[in-house]
Amino acid sequence: MGANIFITEETVDGDDDGPLAGTTVAVKDNISTEGVRTTCGSAMLEDYVPPYDATVVERLKEAGATIVGKTNMDEFGMGGTTETSAFGPTENPVDRERVPGGSSGGSAAAVAAGEADVALGTDTGGSVRNPAAFCGVVGIKPTYGLVSRYGLVAYANSLEQVGPIGSTVEDAAALLDVVSGADERDATTRFDQSTDAHPAEGSNYAAAADGDVDGLTVGVITDLLDGADDRVVETFEDAVSDLESRGAEVTEVSLESLEHAVQAYYVIAMSEASSNLARYDGVRYGLSTGTDGNWNETYAETREEGFGAEVKRRILLGTYALSAGYHDKYYKKAQDARAWIKQDFDAAFEEADVLATPTMPVLPPKLGESLSDPLQLYLMDANTVPVNLANLPAISVPAGEAEGLPVGLQLIGPKFGEETMIRAASAVER
Amino acid sequence: MSETPVDADEVRHVAELARVNLDEDEVEAFTAQFADILDYFDALDEVPEVESEPDLVNVMRTDEVRDGLSQEEALQNAPESEDGFFKGPRVS
Repeated sequence: MGANIFITEETVDGDDDGPLAGTTVAVKDNISTEGVRTTCGSAMLEDYVPPYDATVVERLKEAGATIVGKTNMDEFGMGGTTETSAFGPTENPVDRERVPGGSSGGSAAAVAAGEADVALGTDTGGSVRNPAAFCGVVGIKPTYGLVSRYGLVAYANSLEQVGPIGSTVEDAAALLDVVSGADERDATTRFDQSTDAHPAEGSNYAAAADGDVDGLTVGVITDLLDGADDRVVETFEDAVSDLESRGAEVTEVSLESLEHAVQAYYVIAMSEASSNLARYDGVRYGLSTGTDGNWNETYAETREEGFGAEVKRRILLGTYALSAGYHDKYYKKAQDARAWIKQDFDAAFEEADVLATPTMPVLPPKLGESLSDPLQLYLMDANTVPVNLANLPAISVPAGEAEGLPVGLQLIGPKFGEETMIRAASAVER
Repeated sequence: MSETPVDADEVRHVAELARVNLDEDEVEAFTAQFADILDYFDALDEVPEVESEPDLVNVMRTDEVRDGLSQEEALQNAPESEDGFFKGPRVS
């Protein structure tokens, strides 16, 4: 029995030369690949074959990479364990009885198991960092607008970014060098008419992995330690002390607004999802039940059959949060919380160069353990979602082990401060 | 308890708005789960009003004709098509 890492195993060769020549890459199955089916982990798209490549896939091919397959994921990215996939759960290569995290669980597992040198995931509320932490590898969520989302099947547009996963900080950073940059097909990567103005121009993320943290100030976010497992906190604190011994200055910061981050994140993500997933009508692409009813009846039947429970739950709650009478109570307040969280991060970066938290507040759960209570699963995202709400970059790097299971340390950088964050992370792994 | 308790009828109503059929087991499970989740979301009431500037700016470009998908490519994933068009169910 395999670990169910890939939904589709198919080799796509890139150009002969380039920075990724000879490198194998696994690609999450919500990133469009021309001629290779892209399911988003959903029965709705089981037979969907994109007629074009996502910009990040074009860039992989131009860089000489060999794509080895499309990786398993929580359905449409909605989950943190890869168990909501219509194609069955992925096993964690570190401990086959445990989840690999999610939603990019297949991508992180592919790297951890040596099935690919590096991988692409996507991160809407932690979906690259969470599985990187649980599988003991490195994952980067870039600043919003650093990487093109063209060809990424949308879940919550205002929050999501494509992010690299690797065995080392340098490997993940080198993949970020390839996929980042302005793209005229994604206006959020464009700051004015000139591509030269894009922050990826003139940057070298791989070279930043030099381990030099002398004089760097690391701010530990104390609010996110209280709810975490003691074994996780202990491993995290050891890794932070190690940074201190390498010349970093460690300070404590507190962000009052973070108490509302999970609430704000889920209201916004579900609202955007309810709108985005309206496109699955069984007419232009995707599953169709093909029954004789009228438009509305066939549409609702197709969606009953094609979507799993978590996707239905989020579409319905998003529809509810945007409906007449509730919009101001939920969606508008969530936007206020988002702005407040951004302000709190701005203030924290006046005191520190990078911020640190445990990536996940818990150790990887056992398979089948966590799906019965959705709210408890949402609360597992407490440390990762604030970064997406504030559009910031963050990296998860292995901090050590507890009970033989990997613990991830999350470092958060200021907007487009990827190089500083990568530098600090590379010191953690030394 | 949430200030906005959700009952089974409300779950059915939202499902109808979202065009997702649910069976009775799903209605029952969602009713209980939505009560928990919305109760948790109610803490957003404590968030102050915050002034903020959007991070994003409008990006304009010249409106030029360029290649898009061919009709064949656009239709290749459609469950049904006819004479080069998508074929959907009757609207009423």
